[in-house]
Amino acid sequence: MSGERATLALRVVPPAVLGFGRGRRLIERNLLVARRTWWVPLSGIAEPVFYLLSIGIGIGKLVTSIPGPHHSLIPYAPYVAPALLASSAMNGAVYECTFNVYFKLKYAKIYDAVLATPMGAADVARGEVVYAMLRGTAYAAIFVVMMAALGDIRSAWAVFALPAAVMIGLAFSAVGMAATTYMRGWTDFDMVQLALLPMFLFSTTFYPLSTYPRWLQVVVELTPLYHGVSLTRSLTLGYVGVGDVGHAAYLVAMGAVGLAVASRRIRTLLLR
Amino acid sequence: MPGEPLIYGRGLVKQFGTVRAVDSIDFAVERGEAFGFLGPNGAGKSSTMRMIACVSPRTSGDLSVLGLDPDRDGARIRGRIGVVPQEDSLDLELTVRENLYVYGRYFDLPRSELRPRIEQLLRFAQLTERGDDRVEPLSGGMKRRLTIARSLINEPELLLLDEPTTGLDPQARHALWDRLYRLKSQGVTLVLTTHYMDEAEQLCDRLVVMDRGTVAAEGSPQGLIGRYCTREVVELRFGPGESERHADKVADIPERIEVLPDRLLLYTDQGDATVEAVQRRALAPVSVLVRRATLEDVFLRLTGRQLVD
Repeated sequence: MSGERATLALRVVPPAVLGFGRGRRLIERNLLVARRTWWVPLSGIAEPVFYLLSIGIGIGKLVTSIPGPHHSLIPYAPYVAPALLASSAMNGAVYECTFNVYFKLKYAKIYDAVLATPMGAADVARGEVVYAMLRGTAYAAIFVVMMAALGDIRSAWAVFALPAAVMIGLAFSAVGMAATTYMRGWTDFDMVQLALLPMFLFSTTFYPLSTYPRWLQVVVELTPLYHGVSLTRSLTLGYVGVGDVGHAAYLVAMGAVGLAVASRRIRTLLLR
Repeated sequence: MPGEPLIYGRGLVKQFGTVRAVDSIDFAVERGEAFGFLGPNGAGKSSTMRMIACVSPRTSGDLSVLGLDPDRDGARIRGRIGVVPQEDSLDLELTVRENLYVYGRYFDLPRSELRPRIEQLLRFAQLTERGDDRVEPLSGGMKRRLTIARSLINEPELLLLDEPTTGLDPQARHALWDRLYRLKSQGVTLVLTTHYMDEAEQLCDRLVVMDRGTVAAEGSPQGLIGRYCTREVVELRFGPGESERHADKVADIPERIEVLPDRLLLYTDQGDATVEAVQRRALAPVSVLVRRATLEDVFLRLTGRQLVD
């Protein structure tokens, strides 16, 4: 049966993540589809890898070290790599929860059929958000392997980089899905790019927060990717502190709010 | 409880903003029967079906499906019914077989149970050979049969069909009707909406005619024809615009006469006698046709001839 391989993948994923009822049926469906388009994620993974190779290695030659947490000095590539790890988790989650969800919602009418079964609006939201989170985490996992191969991991704390990627994926997929339910057409997706690109460039990805004037520091500190970058950087560099609990809490709260909004919106749109 | 209807609606209302799509309707569907909602576009048929299918909360009134309240037990009810929506909502990214599989998983059915059932449903839908094909290139009739097969994956007691044969060619319609008869003989309760009168006459034991959100009439197809129409209809066809000046000459013959731009419809219980009487009046119609009255005559009488968009 064609579903078996997809189900096997589900068994490998920690059951704790999937302890959310019928939503996992939608993940099973998405995995069946993804089997046929396995090459699609390649572009998403390639992007941060290219950044790591070009900027990390290129600029790393010019910038020998950068001020890290607790007044330490860190070589450039290991400084940039965790930030790119965080943004790869973000990318994977956002692609899935914006374009793909929009297509299923407005054109393929997948959820209309799903909601005629015992599945409810909350199951749809949870299923899609967790699936997008898994895609983001998969991107991040490949990236972590790259980092290890290039010697950019400098602490055993890095084993928690994947759980951190799960939180980043959750936060962005939940808010991405909530935003997608408000989209009126494909052109609205330009707004997504408009939000993602500056976040990618300014979230202390390439240089520390102290470089900015104070007002810009405050703005950056309010955006989610900054918290994701700070968290992964603490873990792979090994400077874990109390602040990281705050970063994690920010991401989890963002995920919870996004999920609640997404569920409500699916109900309003489809269960009229 | 014996005698309790499978679906029961009383004073059922669905309001969208200022529009009352369903305006306080009463109906009851018994177990094992085929029940129809008949009506023009915008009559409130689909809104009623969506409330029964527990995908649209009612604005007010009572509704019970399988003895349960859709507001409280929506998921449980949906688990026991099958739904064939107006527009096919098949998963175009999956194959025919995968469509059935994934849909069965939405009902939490175990794989071991699904495997034989999928093959059985493919045979039922005459799609066994296309099992591993993508859904996209299938014909309209095949997609419809697959949608019906999919709605049966959970072995429902009640099947809701919203305009099941709209857009199909005659062969495909008859193939589909044949499948629906078989389900009915197996004891599945069918509830369908249609604006095809022949479909309602073929399939429905009982039906309600809906118009502008209300129930205009209720009964069996034959009962409705008996109540709202005569046994036969004589159609006298004239040149365009000419029928009106002939109407007075024959108006006293039938029970009721209807004047259309190119035709006179004479409603009568004795078609042949009416034709003879007309011929004695020395009219020269282009053609004369005696036919059995159909649900369509009832329908047009109840809901009028003006176009609804």
